[in-house]
Amino acid sequence: MRYLDEFRDPAAARRLVAGIEAALARLKPARPLQIMEFCGGHTHTIFRYGLHQLLPESVEWVHGPGCPVCVLPRERIDLAIALAQRPQVILTSFGDALRVPGSETSLLQIRGQGADVRVVYSPLDALELARREPQRQVVFFAIGFETTAPATAFTVLQAAAEGIANFSVLCQHVTSPEAVRALLADPVLRLDGIVAPGHVSTVVGADAFAFIAEDYRIPVVVSGFEPLDLLQSLAMLLVQRLEGRCELENQYRRAVTGSGNRTALAAVERVFEAASGASWRGLGRIPGGSLRLRAEFARFDAERRFAIRASSAAEEVLPCGAVLKGRLRPERCPHFGTACRPETPLGALMVSSEGACAAWYRYRGRPA
Amino acid sequence: MCLGVPGRIVEVVDERRRLARVDIGGVVREVSLACVLEDGQRCADLLGAWVIVHVGFALSRIDAAEARCTLALLGQLEGDALSG
Ligand code: SF4
Repeated sequence: MRYLDEFRDPAAARRLVAGIEAALARLKPARPLQIMEFCGGHTHTIFRYGLHQLLPESVEWVHGPGCPVCVLPRERIDLAIALAQRPQVILTSFGDALRVPGSETSLLQIRGQGADVRVVYSPLDALELARREPQRQVVFFAIGFETTAPATAFTVLQAAAEGIANFSVLCQHVTSPEAVRALLADPVLRLDGIVAPGHVSTVVGADAFAFIAEDYRIPVVVSGFEPLDLLQSLAMLLVQRLEGRCELENQYRRAVTGSGNRTALAAVERVFEAASGASWRGLGRIPGGSLRLRAEFARFDAERRFAIRASSAAEEVLPCGAVLKGRLRPERCPHFGTACRPETPLGALMVSSEGACAAWYRYRGRPA
Repeated sequence: MCLGVPGRIVEVVDERRRLARVDIGGVVREVSLACVLEDGQRCADLLGAWVIVHVGFALSRIDAAEARCTLALLGQLEGDALSG
Protein backbone atom coordinates (compact mmCIF):
# COMPACT_ATOMS: atom_id res chain seq x y z
CA MET A 1 0.00 0.00 0.00
CA ARG A 2 1.23 3.54 -0.76
CA TYR A 3 -1.60 5.30 1.02
CA LEU A 4 -2.29 7.58 -1.93
CA ASP A 5 -3.50 5.79 -5.06
CA GLU A 6 -5.77 3.51 -3.06
CA PHE A 7 -7.60 6.56 -1.82
CA ARG A 8 -7.81 8.21 -5.24
CA ASP A 9 -9.51 5.43 -7.18
CA PRO A 10 -11.98 7.15 -9.57
CA ALA A 11 -14.28 4.12 -9.87
CA ALA A 12 -14.67 3.90 -6.10
CA ALA A 13 -15.26 7.65 -5.99
CA ARG A 14 -18.08 7.35 -8.55
CA ARG A 15 -19.72 4.56 -6.57
CA LEU A 16 -19.45 6.59 -3.42
CA VAL A 17 -20.96 9.64 -5.12
CA ALA A 18 -23.87 7.44 -6.29
CA GLY A 19 -24.36 6.35 -2.68
CA ILE A 20 -24.26 9.97 -1.50
CA GLU A 21 -26.90 10.85 -4.11
CA ALA A 22 -29.08 8.01 -2.84
CA ALA A 23 -28.68 9.22 0.74
CA LEU A 24 -29.57 12.77 -0.23
CA ALA A 25 -32.64 11.50 -2.07
CA ARG A 26 -33.76 9.86 1.15
CA LEU A 27 -32.92 12.86 3.31
CA LYS A 28 -34.73 15.33 1.00
CA PRO A 29 -33.24 18.40 2.70
CA ALA A 30 -35.40 21.54 2.46
CA ARG A 31 -32.30 23.58 1.63
CA PRO A 32 -28.86 22.44 0.49
CA LEU A 33 -26.97 20.76 3.33
CA GLN A 34 -24.04 22.88 4.46
CA ILE A 35 -20.95 20.90 5.26
CA MET A 36 -17.98 22.83 6.57
CA GLU A 37 -14.47 21.60 6.05
CA PHE A 38 -12.42 23.52 8.57
CA CYS A 39 -8.98 22.63 7.28
CA GLY A 40 -7.31 24.27 4.30
CA GLY A 41 -5.85 20.90 3.32
CA HIS A 42 -9.38 19.64 2.77
CA THR A 43 -10.30 22.76 0.81
CA HIS A 44 -7.32 22.06 -1.41
CA THR A 45 -8.42 18.45 -2.05
CA ILE A 46 -12.03 19.47 -2.77
CA PHE A 47 -10.93 21.89 -5.48
CA ARG A 48 -8.02 19.91 -6.83
CA TYR A 49 -10.21 16.87 -7.48
CA GLY A 50 -13.35 18.85 -8.26
CA LEU A 51 -15.34 17.09 -5.55
CA HIS A 52 -17.81 19.97 -5.37
CA GLN A 53 -18.60 19.40 -9.05
CA LEU A 54 -19.11 15.67 -8.63
CA LEU A 55 -21.72 16.15 -5.95
CA PRO A 56 -25.38 17.08 -6.29
CA GLU A 57 -26.44 20.65 -5.56
CA SER A 58 -28.22 19.60 -2.40
CA VAL A 59 -24.88 19.52 -0.63
CA GLU A 60 -22.59 22.54 -0.31
CA TRP A 61 -19.08 22.76 1.04
CA VAL A 62 -18.51 25.76 3.27
CA HIS A 63 -14.81 26.51 3.46
CA GLY A 64 -13.59 27.21 6.96
CA PRO A 65 -10.64 29.27 8.19
CA GLY A 66 -8.19 26.40 8.62
CA CYS A 67 -5.46 27.80 6.41
CA PRO A 68 -2.77 29.11 8.73
CA VAL A 69 -1.38 31.51 6.17
CA CYS A 70 -4.80 33.01 5.54
CA VAL A 71 -5.46 33.86 9.15
CA LEU A 72 -2.12 35.62 9.69
CA PRO A 73 -3.00 39.11 10.89
CA ARG A 74 -1.38 42.02 9.15
CA GLU A 75 0.24 43.34 12.30
CA ARG A 76 2.23 40.11 12.68
CA ILE A 77 3.42 40.27 9.07
CA ASP A 78 4.46 43.86 9.76
CA LEU A 79 6.42 42.63 12.77
CA ALA A 80 8.21 39.99 10.69
CA ILE A 81 9.01 42.66 8.12
CA ALA A 82 10.39 44.99 10.80
CA LEU A 83 12.66 42.19 12.05
CA ALA A 84 13.80 41.24 8.56
CA GLN A 85 14.86 44.81 7.93
CA ARG A 86 17.42 44.68 10.71
CA PRO A 87 20.84 44.15 9.15
CA GLN A 88 21.92 41.37 11.52
CA VAL A 89 18.72 39.36 11.08
CA ILE A 90 18.03 36.44 8.74
CA LEU A 91 14.26 35.99 8.72
CA THR A 92 13.12 32.47 7.88
CA SER A 93 9.67 31.01 7.32
CA PHE A 94 7.63 28.67 5.16
CA GLY A 95 7.29 29.78 1.54
CA ASP A 96 3.65 30.80 1.65
CA ALA A 97 4.21 33.27 4.48
CA LEU A 98 6.39 35.41 2.23
CA ARG A 99 3.58 36.50 -0.06
CA VAL A 100 1.06 37.44 2.60
CA PRO A 101 0.40 41.17 2.35
CA GLY A 102 1.22 43.24 5.43
CA SER A 103 0.03 46.81 5.87
CA GLU A 104 2.29 48.17 3.18
CA THR A 105 4.47 45.44 1.79
CA SER A 106 5.25 41.73 2.04
CA LEU A 107 8.30 39.72 3.07
CA LEU A 108 8.77 38.80 -0.58
CA GLN A 109 8.84 42.43 -1.65
CA ILE A 110 11.36 43.49 0.97
CA ARG A 111 13.50 40.49 0.01
CA GLY A 112 13.58 41.93 -3.50
CA GLN A 113 14.86 45.14 -1.92
CA GLY A 114 17.74 43.39 -0.18
CA ALA A 115 16.38 42.10 3.15
CA ASP A 116 17.69 38.64 4.09
CA VAL A 117 14.52 36.55 4.00
CA ARG A 118 14.82 32.82 3.41
CA VAL A 119 12.38 30.01 2.84
CA VAL A 120 12.80 26.91 4.96
CA TYR A 121 11.08 23.54 4.73
CA SER A 122 11.32 22.89 8.46
CA PRO A 123 12.19 24.92 11.56
CA LEU A 124 15.14 22.55 11.92
CA ASP A 125 16.56 24.13 8.74
CA ALA A 126 16.36 27.54 10.41
CA LEU A 127 18.25 26.17 13.41
CA GLU A 128 20.89 24.69 11.10
CA LEU A 129 21.28 28.12 9.50
CA ALA A 130 21.86 29.59 12.97
CA ARG A 131 24.60 27.00 13.60
CA ARG A 132 26.27 27.87 10.31
CA GLU A 133 26.03 31.64 10.66
CA PRO A 134 26.86 32.32 14.32
CA GLN A 135 27.48 36.02 13.69
CA ARG A 136 23.93 36.56 12.39
CA GLN A 137 20.58 36.43 14.22
CA VAL A 138 18.30 33.80 12.72
CA VAL A 139 14.60 34.38 13.40
CA PHE A 140 12.06 31.71 12.52
CA PHE A 141 8.60 33.13 11.82
CA ALA A 142 6.63 30.21 13.28
CA ILE A 143 3.17 29.95 11.79
CA GLY A 144 0.62 27.20 11.66
CA PHE A 145 -1.81 25.12 13.65
CA GLU A 146 -1.21 22.12 15.88
CA THR A 147 0.57 20.37 13.02
CA THR A 148 3.53 22.74 12.99
CA ALA A 149 3.65 23.67 16.70
CA PRO A 150 5.39 20.39 17.69
CA ALA A 151 8.10 21.04 15.08
CA THR A 152 8.73 24.50 16.52
CA ALA A 153 8.67 23.12 20.06
CA PHE A 154 11.24 20.42 19.32
CA THR A 155 13.42 22.94 17.50
CA VAL A 156 13.37 25.31 20.49
CA LEU A 157 14.20 22.41 22.82
CA GLN A 158 17.09 21.46 20.54
CA ALA A 159 18.34 25.05 20.47
CA ALA A 160 18.15 25.17 24.27
CA ALA A 161 19.99 21.85 24.62
CA GLU A 162 22.81 23.07 22.36
CA GLY A 163 22.83 26.58 23.84
CA ILE A 164 22.41 28.22 20.44
CA ALA A 165 22.30 31.93 21.19
CA ASN A 166 21.51 33.39 17.78
CA PHE A 167 18.21 31.58 17.13
CA SER A 168 14.78 32.87 18.04
CA VAL A 169 11.15 32.42 17.12
CA LEU A 170 8.49 34.93 16.15
CA CYS A 171 5.59 32.86 17.36
CA GLN A 172 2.27 32.85 15.54
CA HIS A 173 0.98 29.39 16.37
CA VAL A 174 -2.78 29.18 16.59
CA THR A 175 -5.04 26.40 17.82
CA SER A 176 -8.07 24.98 16.04
CA PRO A 177 -10.69 24.01 18.64
CA GLU A 178 -10.95 27.62 19.86
CA ALA A 179 -11.35 28.85 16.29
CA VAL A 180 -14.09 26.32 15.61
CA ARG A 181 -15.90 27.49 18.74
CA ALA A 182 -15.58 31.12 17.66
CA LEU A 183 -17.06 30.23 14.28
CA LEU A 184 -19.91 28.20 15.66
CA ALA A 185 -20.89 31.10 17.90
CA ASP A 186 -21.86 32.95 14.71
CA PRO A 187 -25.65 32.62 14.41
CA VAL A 188 -25.57 33.17 10.64
CA LEU A 189 -23.84 29.85 10.04
CA ARG A 190 -26.23 26.92 9.94
CA LEU A 191 -24.03 23.91 9.46
CA ASP A 192 -25.35 20.40 8.97
CA GLY A 193 -22.04 18.66 9.40
CA ILE A 194 -18.38 19.38 10.01
CA VAL A 195 -15.37 17.65 8.53
CA ALA A 196 -12.71 18.02 11.21
CA PRO A 197 -9.00 18.40 10.40
CA GLY A 198 -7.22 15.06 10.10
CA HIS A 199 -3.65 16.20 10.47
CA VAL A 200 -4.35 18.49 13.40
CA SER A 201 -5.99 15.43 14.92
CA THR A 202 -2.84 13.32 14.54
CA VAL A 203 -1.50 15.63 17.26
CA VAL A 204 -4.48 16.65 19.40
CA GLY A 205 -6.48 13.45 18.88
CA ALA A 206 -9.92 13.03 17.32
CA ASP A 207 -11.57 13.41 20.73
CA ALA A 208 -10.58 17.08 20.80
CA PHE A 209 -13.42 17.69 18.33
CA ALA A 210 -16.13 15.77 20.18
CA PHE A 211 -17.42 19.08 21.56
CA ILE A 212 -18.80 19.94 18.11
CA ALA A 213 -21.32 17.12 18.41
CA GLU A 214 -21.83 17.44 22.16
CA ASP A 215 -22.08 21.20 22.62
CA TYR A 216 -23.34 22.33 19.21
CA ARG A 217 -25.31 19.26 18.10
CA ILE A 218 -23.55 19.08 14.72
CA PRO A 219 -22.35 15.70 13.42
CA VAL A 220 -18.57 15.67 12.98
CA VAL A 221 -16.15 13.35 11.19
CA VAL A 222 -12.36 13.57 11.37
CA SER A 223 -11.19 13.05 7.80
CA GLY A 224 -8.13 12.16 5.75
CA PHE A 225 -7.03 14.19 2.77
CA GLU A 226 -7.44 12.05 -0.31
CA PRO A 227 -10.60 12.35 -2.42
CA LEU A 228 -12.03 9.04 -1.20
CA ASP A 229 -11.37 10.10 2.38
CA LEU A 230 -13.45 13.24 1.96
CA LEU A 231 -16.25 11.51 0.09
CA GLN A 232 -16.36 8.79 2.72
CA SER A 233 -16.45 11.39 5.48
CA LEU A 234 -19.33 13.15 3.77
CA ALA A 235 -21.13 9.82 3.42
CA MET A 236 -20.57 9.14 7.13
CA LEU A 237 -22.09 12.53 8.00
CA LEU A 238 -25.13 11.71 5.85
CA VAL A 239 -25.52 8.29 7.47
CA GLN A 240 -25.48 10.01 10.87
CA ARG A 241 -28.30 12.27 9.72
CA LEU A 242 -30.24 9.35 8.24
CA GLU A 243 -29.95 7.44 11.47
CA GLY A 244 -30.67 10.46 13.64
CA ARG A 245 -27.25 10.34 15.26
CA CYS A 246 -25.05 13.28 16.14
CA GLU A 247 -21.58 12.23 17.19
CA LEU A 248 -17.86 12.33 16.55
CA GLU A 249 -16.57 9.71 14.13
CA ASN A 250 -13.05 9.13 12.89
CA GLN A 251 -12.67 8.32 9.21
CA TYR A 252 -8.87 8.80 9.34
CA ARG A 253 -8.11 5.95 11.69
CA ARG A 254 -5.01 4.94 9.76
CA ALA A 255 -3.27 8.04 11.12
CA VAL A 256 -5.39 9.43 13.95
CA THR A 257 -6.12 8.02 17.39
CA GLY A 258 -8.66 9.28 19.91
CA SER A 259 -6.08 10.85 22.20
CA GLY A 260 -3.47 12.05 19.71
CA ASN A 261 0.30 12.09 19.85
CA ARG A 262 1.45 12.15 23.47
CA THR A 263 5.08 13.00 22.65
CA ALA A 264 4.17 15.89 20.38
CA LEU A 265 1.65 17.26 22.87
CA ALA A 266 4.17 17.03 25.71
CA ALA A 267 6.76 19.00 23.71
CA VAL A 268 4.21 21.69 22.86
CA GLU A 269 3.09 21.86 26.49
CA ARG A 270 6.69 22.13 27.66
CA VAL A 271 7.61 25.03 25.36
CA PHE A 272 4.35 26.94 24.90
CA GLU A 273 1.47 28.24 26.95
CA ALA A 274 -1.92 29.48 25.83
CA ALA A 275 -1.88 33.19 25.16
CA SER A 276 -4.84 35.20 26.42
CA GLY A 277 -5.96 35.82 22.88
CA ALA A 278 -4.65 36.64 19.46
CA SER A 279 -6.17 38.24 16.48
CA TRP A 280 -6.93 36.14 13.42
CA ARG A 281 -7.20 37.84 10.09
CA GLY A 282 -10.86 38.05 9.25
CA LEU A 283 -12.06 36.54 12.52
CA GLY A 284 -10.89 39.08 15.06
CA ARG A 285 -9.61 38.21 18.51
CA ILE A 286 -10.09 34.61 19.59
CA PRO A 287 -9.60 34.06 23.31
CA GLY A 288 -7.09 31.31 24.01
CA GLY A 289 -6.68 30.52 20.33
CA SER A 290 -2.93 30.98 20.19
CA LEU A 291 0.32 29.92 21.78
CA ARG A 292 3.30 31.84 23.12
CA LEU A 293 6.66 30.73 24.46
CA ARG A 294 6.81 30.06 28.19
CA ALA A 295 8.92 32.39 30.33
CA GLU A 296 11.52 29.64 30.65
CA PHE A 297 12.19 29.95 26.92
CA ALA A 298 11.97 33.75 26.80
CA ARG A 299 15.46 33.98 25.35
CA PHE A 300 14.18 32.28 22.20
CA ASP A 301 11.27 34.70 21.85
CA ALA A 302 12.11 37.14 19.05
CA GLU A 303 9.66 39.74 20.37
CA ARG A 304 11.49 39.85 23.69
CA ARG A 305 14.98 39.49 22.25
CA PHE A 306 14.52 42.43 19.91
CA ALA A 307 12.09 44.31 22.17
CA ILE A 308 9.55 44.87 19.45
CA ARG A 309 5.78 44.89 19.68
CA ALA A 310 3.07 44.81 17.09
CA SER A 311 1.10 47.96 16.58
CA SER A 312 -2.47 47.11 15.85
CA ALA A 313 -2.98 47.61 12.16
CA ALA A 314 -6.14 49.17 10.81
CA GLU A 315 -9.13 46.89 10.36
CA GLU A 316 -9.31 44.86 7.21
CA VAL A 317 -11.58 46.48 4.63
CA LEU A 318 -11.59 43.51 2.25
CA PRO A 319 -14.37 40.90 2.17
CA CYS A 320 -11.93 38.14 3.21
CA GLY A 321 -13.44 37.85 6.68
CA ALA A 322 -16.84 36.90 5.28
CA VAL A 323 -15.22 34.28 3.05
CA LEU A 324 -13.22 32.92 6.00
CA LYS A 325 -16.39 32.53 8.01
CA GLY A 326 -18.08 30.68 5.16
CA ARG A 327 -20.58 33.51 4.62
CA LEU A 328 -19.39 34.54 1.18
CA ARG A 329 -18.26 32.35 -1.67
CA PRO A 330 -14.86 33.40 -3.03
CA GLU A 331 -16.21 34.07 -6.53
CA ARG A 332 -18.69 36.58 -5.10
CA CYS A 333 -15.91 38.85 -3.85
CA PRO A 334 -15.70 41.88 -6.17
CA HIS A 335 -11.90 41.61 -6.26
CA PHE A 336 -11.83 37.91 -7.07
CA GLY A 337 -9.90 37.24 -10.26
CA THR A 338 -9.58 40.93 -11.07
CA ALA A 339 -7.48 42.91 -8.60
CA CYS A 340 -6.94 39.83 -6.42
CA ARG A 341 -5.13 36.94 -8.08
CA PRO A 342 -2.56 34.39 -6.86
CA GLU A 343 0.33 36.41 -8.39
CA THR A 344 -0.92 39.63 -6.81
CA PRO A 345 -2.96 38.69 -3.75
CA LEU A 346 -4.93 41.48 -2.10
CA GLY A 347 -6.07 39.21 0.70
CA ALA A 348 -4.31 36.32 2.37
CA LEU A 349 -6.90 33.79 1.16
CA MET A 350 -5.41 34.18 -2.30
CA VAL A 351 -1.89 33.29 -1.15
CA SER A 352 -1.63 29.66 -0.12
CA SER A 353 -2.97 26.73 -2.12
CA GLU A 354 -4.95 25.96 1.05
CA GLY A 355 -6.69 29.33 0.93
CA ALA A 356 -10.27 29.18 -0.29
CA CYS A 357 -9.84 31.96 -2.86
CA ALA A 358 -6.58 30.61 -4.31
CA ALA A 359 -7.96 27.07 -4.49
CA TRP A 360 -11.12 28.32 -6.16
CA TYR A 361 -9.14 30.42 -8.63
CA ARG A 362 -6.62 27.73 -9.49
CA TYR A 363 -9.07 24.94 -10.10
CA ARG A 364 -12.15 26.75 -11.29
CA GLY A 365 -10.53 29.55 -13.20
CA ARG A 366 -11.90 33.04 -13.43
CA PRO A 367 -15.32 33.85 -12.10
CA ALA A 368 -18.16 32.51 -14.21
CA MET B 1 2.49 24.78 3.59
CA CYS B 2 1.23 22.44 6.23
CA LEU B 3 -0.22 19.75 4.01
CA GLY B 4 0.91 16.50 5.60
CA VAL B 5 2.16 13.79 3.30
CA PRO B 6 2.67 10.05 3.69
CA GLY B 7 6.22 8.75 3.39
CA ARG B 8 8.27 5.65 4.11
CA ILE B 9 11.29 5.64 6.43
CA VAL B 10 14.22 4.41 4.33
CA GLU B 11 17.41 5.22 6.22
CA VAL B 12 18.67 6.30 9.62
CA VAL B 13 20.69 9.53 9.58
CA ASP B 14 21.47 10.15 13.24
CA GLU B 15 20.10 8.04 16.10
CA ARG B 16 21.05 10.58 18.77
CA ARG B 17 19.21 13.42 17.03
CA ARG B 18 16.45 11.03 15.92
CA LEU B 19 16.85 11.93 12.26
CA ALA B 20 15.97 9.61 9.39
CA ARG B 21 15.49 9.83 5.65
CA VAL B 22 11.93 9.47 4.48
CA ASP B 23 10.84 8.77 0.91
CA ILE B 24 7.91 11.07 0.23
CA GLY B 25 6.52 10.16 -3.17
CA GLY B 26 10.01 9.75 -4.63
CA VAL B 27 11.56 12.78 -2.90
CA VAL B 28 13.82 11.77 -0.03
CA ARG B 29 13.92 14.21 2.89
CA GLU B 30 15.60 14.33 6.25
CA VAL B 31 12.86 14.04 8.84
CA SER B 32 12.84 14.05 12.63
CA LEU B 33 11.25 10.97 14.18
CA ALA B 34 11.18 12.59 17.64
CA CYS B 35 7.36 12.58 17.75
CA VAL B 36 6.79 8.99 16.67
CA LEU B 37 9.39 7.06 18.68
CA GLU B 38 7.95 5.19 21.64
CA ASP B 39 9.95 5.04 24.87
CA GLY B 40 13.11 3.04 24.27
CA GLN B 41 12.55 2.79 20.52
CA ARG B 42 15.35 3.61 18.09
CA CYS B 43 15.02 5.08 14.60
CA ALA B 44 16.34 1.81 13.20
CA ASP B 45 13.32 0.01 14.65
CA LEU B 46 11.07 2.04 12.37
CA LEU B 47 12.88 1.36 9.07
CA GLY B 48 10.25 0.63 6.43
CA ALA B 49 7.41 2.14 8.47
CA TRP B 50 5.03 4.68 6.92
CA VAL B 51 4.52 8.03 8.58
CA ILE B 52 2.70 11.31 7.97
CA VAL B 53 5.27 14.08 7.57
CA HIS B 54 4.73 17.75 8.36
CA VAL B 55 7.43 20.43 8.02
CA GLY B 56 10.28 18.02 8.64
CA PHE B 57 8.68 16.00 11.44
CA ALA B 58 6.86 12.69 11.36
CA LEU B 59 3.64 13.30 13.28
CA SER B 60 2.06 9.88 13.20
CA ARG B 61 2.62 6.36 11.99
CA ILE B 62 0.25 4.99 9.39
CA ASP B 63 -1.55 1.88 10.49
CA ALA B 64 -1.86 -0.53 7.55
CA ALA B 65 -4.63 -2.60 9.14
CA GLU B 66 -6.73 0.52 9.77
CA ALA B 67 -6.14 1.68 6.20
CA ARG B 68 -7.44 -1.63 4.84
CA CYS B 69 -10.38 -1.42 7.20
CA THR B 70 -11.26 2.07 5.90
CA LEU B 71 -11.15 0.83 2.31
CA ALA B 72 -13.36 -2.11 3.21
CA LEU B 73 -15.87 0.20 4.91
CA LEU B 74 -16.03 2.16 1.68
CA GLY B 75 -17.68 -0.82 0.00
CA GLN B 76 -20.20 -1.06 2.81
CA LEU B 77 -21.13 2.60 2.59
CA GLU B 78 -21.74 2.29 -1.13
CA GLY B 79 -24.12 -0.54 -0.39
CA ASP B 80 -26.67 -0.55 2.39
CA ALA B 81 -25.99 2.37 4.67
CA LEU B 82 -26.66 5.16 2.19
CA SER B 83 -29.51 3.82 0.11
CA GLY B 84 -31.28 2.07 2.98
S1 SF4 C 1 -10.68 37.39 -3.60
FE1 SF4 C 1 -9.00 38.38 -2.51
S2 SF4 C 1 -9.90 40.17 -1.53
FE2 SF4 C 1 -11.60 38.83 -2.15
S3 SF4 C 1 -12.01 37.57 -0.33
FE3 SF4 C 1 -10.55 36.43 -1.60
S4 SF4 C 1 -8.52 37.00 -0.81
FE4 SF4 C 1 -10.00 38.49 -0.03
